[in-house]
Amino acid sequence: MLKFTQDHEWLRVDGNVATVGITGHAQEQLGDLVFVELPAPGMTFQQGNAAAVVESVKAASDVYAPISGTVLEINQAIVDEPGVVNADPMGKGWFFKLKIADTSQIVGLMDEAAYQQMIG
Amino acid sequence: MSSISSPDTADHKPAALQRTPLFALHVRLGARMVPFAGYEMPVQYPPGILKEHLHTRSAAGLFDVSHMGQIALRPRSGSRRDAARALESLVPIDVLGLAEGRQRYAFFTNKSGGILDDLMVANRGDHLHLIVNAACKAADEMHLRERLSATCLIEPLRDRALLALQGPEAEAVLAQLAPAASAMRFMDVRTLPIAGIDCEVSRSGYTGEDGFEISVPASRAEDLARALLQNPLVAPIGLGARDSLRLEAGLCLYGSDIDTGTTPVEAGLAWAMQKCRRAGGERQGGFPGSDVILEQLAHGTPRRRVGLRPIERAPVRGGVQLYRDDTDPTPIGAVTSGGFGPSAQAAVAMGYVAQPCASLGTRLFADVRGKRMPVETCDMPFVLHRYKRA
Repeated sequence: MLKFTQDHEWLRVDGNVATVGITGHAQEQLGDLVFVELPAPGMTFQQGNAAAVVESVKAASDVYAPISGTVLEINQAIVDEPGVVNADPMGKGWFFKLKIADTSQIVGLMDEAAYQQMIG
Repeated sequence: MSSISSPDTADHKPAALQRTPLFALHVRLGARMVPFAGYEMPVQYPPGILKEHLHTRSAAGLFDVSHMGQIALRPRSGSRRDAARALESLVPIDVLGLAEGRQRYAFFTNKSGGILDDLMVANRGDHLHLIVNAACKAADEMHLRERLSATCLIEPLRDRALLALQGPEAEAVLAQLAPAASAMRFMDVRTLPIAGIDCEVSRSGYTGEDGFEISVPASRAEDLARALLQNPLVAPIGLGARDSLRLEAGLCLYGSDIDTGTTPVEAGLAWAMQKCRRAGGERQGGFPGSDVILEQLAHGTPRRRVGLRPIERAPVRGGVQLYRDDTDPTPIGAVTSGGFGPSAQAAVAMGYVAQPCASLGTRLFADVRGKRMPVETCDMPFVLHRYKRA
């Protein structure tokens, strides 16, 4: 199941684990990323908390936790090579995996059609 | 994520933004247009800031800088020396000694020694040609009218556009259209026909690379841009890369690194003030704030602009506070410009620090999102200048 937030994060839900990243639209608007900071595994976030930071040549932006949960795993590859997020935002450019705290939060998120409509 | 709806993606734009003569061309080239200093300007083209930056350092980049102000300063007496003397009353620069066909960096100072704007001054024989910052041009014009009208006619050249061609291939590209460009050296200024268009060309720029700035009648600006872009070595470059290029070159951005609250001495721009305007010189002082500036030249300043190299990978940006160690609550300075340097392949920054911390190699700490990140003071530029001086 693939879901999206108004803040341009995506999450792919598999059982009680959600893989989180930023959308193709988001990476396009940001431009070439030059720095990514990810949370440490074990950290817990409430839905909407700033969980990661991305920086392009121009500016820094926070990436929010789309739902509450605990970080299980992070994608070190995008820290080593931030350009991976630009090249493959929905695939190899994933950010972190969350152990889902409250599955009911997922219902409130957008599906792909709704997200596409939002960005126009 | 935050800041995705930055001004450049907002649906409604503030009213009354001006456009340069190249606006339609930017749109056709796929530029992302943003409000900048009252103009709609291209921040980047489809390749993006990183590639545009690297292209400028490896081939040639074409920049639209038509938003900048161009002003002709004409002596009422007909003698160029009178205009030079008049301008010297507003800048701590040797204008009188500037040879015909040469250009020089300058700044308008205020009575407390702060910088009102930085500019280029060219000696064009019968007049001086000034190039000033877009955001300051109205105030500069007023300043010149108030202070110099008795001796000079102040003529804003509103019907001229300004293009910059920058990079190691800039000379080869321009010489194909105007062979005489090859004979120019850094800071020369010539009237050159380029592809049949009468242009005022200076060998200068804001990237640290060799290159040219070309003043062209607005009505011919697009023709000139198209003629230059026809060369496959040339790519259009937006304001985003212009900023990262000038930052790597250690060049100040007015409004960020210098302003009315910084003096030229604090800013490390004393090199631009020639001996004849300093204490003991033939025409010492005589510019606004000369008491403050000459005193600082003699005795130093409590703070100074320095280069800053973050030790870790995170960019350290303008506005970030600097500390002596990782716990001290009192900042000893602040970053004024910073980001990622695509050619330096590292985070690069500049800022002002208290004098005891300004010596090269001093370890300081920058507060980035609540974390103290180590940075080291360093010399600038971050990428060697490649001006054609010989």
